Amino acid sequence: MFRWPSDRLFLRVVRLCAAVSAAIILVIVAFLVRESLPALRSVGIERFATDPSWHPAAVATEGTFNLLPMLVGTLLAAVGAVLLATPLGIGSALFCRFYAPPLLARPYRMMIELLAGIPSVVYGFWGLVVLVPLIAAIAQPGSSLLAGILILTVMILPTLALVADASIGSVPRDYLRAAAALGLSRWGTIAGVVLPTARSGLLTGIILATMRALGETMAVLMVCGNVVQIPGTLFDPVRTLTANIALEMAYALGDHRSALFVSGLLLMGLVTLLVAAAELVSQPRQFVRQA
Amino acid sequence: MPVLRNGLLFTLLIVSLCCEVACTPGAASSQAENQSHLSGRLTLTGSSTVAPLMSEIGKAFEARHPDVRVDVQTGGSSRGIADARTGLADIGMVSRSLNSAEQDLHAFPIARDGICIIVHRDNPVRELTDEQIVSIYTGTIDNWIEVGGNDGEITVVNKAQGRSTLELFLDYFGLKSTHLVADVVIGDNEQGIKTVAGNPQAIGYVSIGTAEYDAQHDVTIALLPVGGIPPSTATVAEGRFPLSRPLNLVTRDEPTGLAAAFIDFARSEDVHELIRKQYFVPLAE
Repeated sequence: MFRWPSDRLFLRVVRLCAAVSAAIILVIVAFLVRESLPALRSVGIERFATDPSWHPAAVATEGTFNLLPMLVGTLLAAVGAVLLATPLGIGSALFCRFYAPPLLARPYRMMIELLAGIPSVVYGFWGLVVLVPLIAAIAQPGSSLLAGILILTVMILPTLALVADASIGSVPRDYLRAAAALGLSRWGTIAGVVLPTARSGLLTGIILATMRALGETMAVLMVCGNVVQIPGTLFDPVRTLTANIALEMAYALGDHRSALFVSGLLLMGLVTLLVAAAELVSQPRQFVRQA
Repeated sequence: MPVLRNGLLFTLLIVSLCCEVACTPGAASSQAENQSHLSGRLTLTGSSTVAPLMSEIGKAFEARHPDVRVDVQTGGSSRGIADARTGLADIGMVSRSLNSAEQDLHAFPIARDGICIIVHRDNPVRELTDEQIVSIYTGTIDNWIEVGGNDGEITVVNKAQGRSTLELFLDYFGLKSTHLVADVVIGDNEQGIKTVAGNPQAIGYVSIGTAEYDAQHDVTIALLPVGGIPPSTATVAEGRFPLSRPLNLVTRDEPTGLAAAFIDFARSEDVHELIRKQYFVPLAE
């Protein structure tokens, strides 16, 4: 009987998978850097923050390349959405786990999962034909930072709710029983036991949702108005870095094209910072358990 | 399915060839001979406005002549001119009329591109002078009341940098993109139309083919005349509508053989549907 050295083969396959995954990300970063270099050389890093406006041209000396308003727009839209979606997401997860009758909890969870599966173009389209005119009735032009924040909130809510639900679900049952034995109320249990225990999972969920909000392109492009400016109010249009790439990539040549890769690199940097933060907070607190 | 279609095309081709040979008394025309066994590679470079249309036309041409490859590259109208001159490309694509310094080339208009100013259907304003449009887009007029409309702030919808419609608009009104003060910046035509249709105080400009189609299909927009000429694909096709431009193919020498056959095909009735699909306007006969 010939026997396959299955373990060794499996080890090789798994190693290969890991190598490919790692290579992909490295190659992407290398490509981004390579394509950004011409602009970084001819425009210079400081001009991306100090130029009077964003009017890129194929030759660096003819254009202006200030990315700062778009960076601000990106951050404002993402942070605004996370601030709105976090209480909603955690609230709905708590409702699902502790307050909802089982008959309601299951369909509710399925509904949230369905919400997570709607493509972003659909959200954007809905935003453009329903949400933007509604906002325009309050303050012109309607396409605004507020519209972007609201759309992003709806888009990241399912991510947040599902991750929060999972991390609350992973709180050991012993803790809940102990809390009940101590005579804690339901709210007392949640505030004193569940949330502190699930803290790292909740934070990871928030960071994942922030990344989704930063990277969202199509929906934001359709509702934000895309004017390059630092917004004075919620009703002012803004342009995000992702929308900028999507709007201009098809027509960009020379330094303009390269400058768009710089904005991609900037986004990559933001996401890298977030991943690092996620790593730091996801170390769960160790409780010493008496056997 | 494709096999069937190709078979059908081939049959049609044979039939049409027979017709052509039969219809030209005397010797079979050299063109018919060319049509029967064209082969080789055809390179087109130039305008990014014309390129998508030429790739479609190229595909249709390849379907008729299996031994021909049509290769389309972009790089702007100036590259189209330069490549046609140096012979790097067989055919250059140029999204404007040739100027006096470019008269050494042969130009073949294949279609027209027109853009029109649109407002919301409920907006009473139905006519703006060129000066008024310039004032609105540069921010000196910011209320509809100043141009005979209702009291309300004007929402100026502009195109993103690098879009061909933006260039045409700037060209006609003698503006620079740094002069424009926009409230909303959009990408494609459809987004522009949705933005204006959802906002009674908005003004925008989009490709005329799209706008005309949508206005006829109950989208709440109205097309405004430019320079007193009514906005329609018909006036664009006649070359009367001022906010329009020809889309040209250019060659260095009088085209022969493959290039000639391709240019003839690109200017035939057969591609009118493809031209309309890209929201351009086929030339009037």
